[in-house]
Amino acid sequence: MNVPENLKYTTDHEWVKVEGKTALIGVTDYAQGELGDVVFIDLDPELEQITKGESFGTIEAVKTVSDMFAPLSAKVVEVNPKLEDEPQLVNSDPYGEGWFIKIELEDESALADLLDAAAYKAQIGG
Amino acid sequence: MKKTKFNRVHEKLGAKLVDFAGYEMPVVYTSIIAEHKVVRESVGVFDVSHMGEVFVRGEKALDFVQSITVNDASKLFNGRVQYSAMCYPDGGIVDDLLVYKVSDTEFMLVVNASNLEKDFAWMNENNKFGVELVDESDEYSLLAVQGPNSTAVIQKLTETTVEMEYYHFIKANVAGVDMILSRTGYTGEVGYELYFKGNEQDAENVWNAVFEAGKEFDIQPTGLGARDSLRLEMGYCLYGNDIDKTTNPLEAGLGWITKLKQEGDFIAKDVLSKVKEEGVTRKLVAMITDEKRAFPRHGYEITVNGEVVGHITSGTVSPVLDKPVALGYVKKEYANEGGTVNWKIRDKEIPVSIIKLPFVKK
Repeated sequence: MNVPENLKYTTDHEWVKVEGKTALIGVTDYAQGELGDVVFIDLDPELEQITKGESFGTIEAVKTVSDMFAPLSAKVVEVNPKLEDEPQLVNSDPYGEGWFIKIELEDESALADLLDAAAYKAQIGG
Repeated sequence: MKKTKFNRVHEKLGAKLVDFAGYEMPVVYTSIIAEHKVVRESVGVFDVSHMGEVFVRGEKALDFVQSITVNDASKLFNGRVQYSAMCYPDGGIVDDLLVYKVSDTEFMLVVNASNLEKDFAWMNENNKFGVELVDESDEYSLLAVQGPNSTAVIQKLTETTVEMEYYHFIKANVAGVDMILSRTGYTGEVGYELYFKGNEQDAENVWNAVFEAGKEFDIQPTGLGARDSLRLEMGYCLYGNDIDKTTNPLEAGLGWITKLKQEGDFIAKDVLSKVKEEGVTRKLVAMITDEKRAFPRHGYEITVNGEVVGHITSGTVSPVLDKPVALGYVKKEYANEGGTVNWKIRDKEIPVSIIKLPFVKK
């Protein structure tokens, strides 16, 4: 199971990748494997704000639909424009091109509640 | 949890195994969509050994089958298969099934795994003809080899000519094993179902022989996920989704197997005749939309002008059409081909057209 060391994780199988004053959010390799073929992503292209613990969109896969829960509260600066036409990027490259949103990261202390790679691995039994 | 005799094979292939009707079954090996397309374009192999096989034996075997199923089994000859259903006295469906006529004194009834126990009890409860009922489900393995190249694959494994019409079967030696070879399936493609006995090793030998023969066609293992989307593209009912004890065959679009004019009686014939006379109150309809960003699922509401007029029973995004498709019950007044209803998906209402089945024309 691919769980990169440099990311932060949630118990809802999302990852957060810090890149200076911004961060990317996506779903983990484990999650995409459980979901199976992703058919489309229901994500508002004009999304401006996410609120910790609340759903900000859904992933529609063949067998199931899954909410995406915000790992923290933040301002959204970009929604991945590629997912509209290529939702399967979530399956093929969950930590790379399959990212969902880019947020503004004002304060890294907002990440304090998130899991590190070892803790997330333990959660998924890897 | 029970395991089929192919369990080791699935494990080795890295299948995603899930609990289905008490069996550990492969839902997908690599990708449901890819496996779906393999069956439509070449040939795929499903382990469906969880299905139930009940044998009816005795002088009055036909009388028993006639009394408990809605189709007219007197039309069957040896080597012929019939799609049918068993109903409760109120017209609700106990199960849908395949009826195989082996001989005048022997029929094989193939039922859904999730209903086997209930079905077998129902058959015994209604055995007024002194027939012998034997549940041989645990002894039989069942492989479904489906797709346009399936005939070529199976033909390589036997001396017997395997080309035959849909819903016919023969007894043949395939890959060195005596089996029932049936031109049936749940995919809408040309396909075969292989019923055979034996242990794990025997089962693996057949599996390996099929895959060796299919190599030139790039044969692939295909899981229950693809089986579900394949049957839905054809509009075939799935028990537990589209039909159950609360639905009758007439509203489910199974009037074509419900032979109310046959001479003999069967359980629910009187009730279903009355339904036919008075007309159904709702109908299972086929719905499709060009709206790409919709994924219809079991349980979603169907609306007209804000009023709930029915529910989706099965839905998917068709891998062949690349469009969302669904089956669902709709109040009779809205259940017209060419009409429009809405799917309520969370906060959205998506207009969809009611069309004639199948979704994918073969």
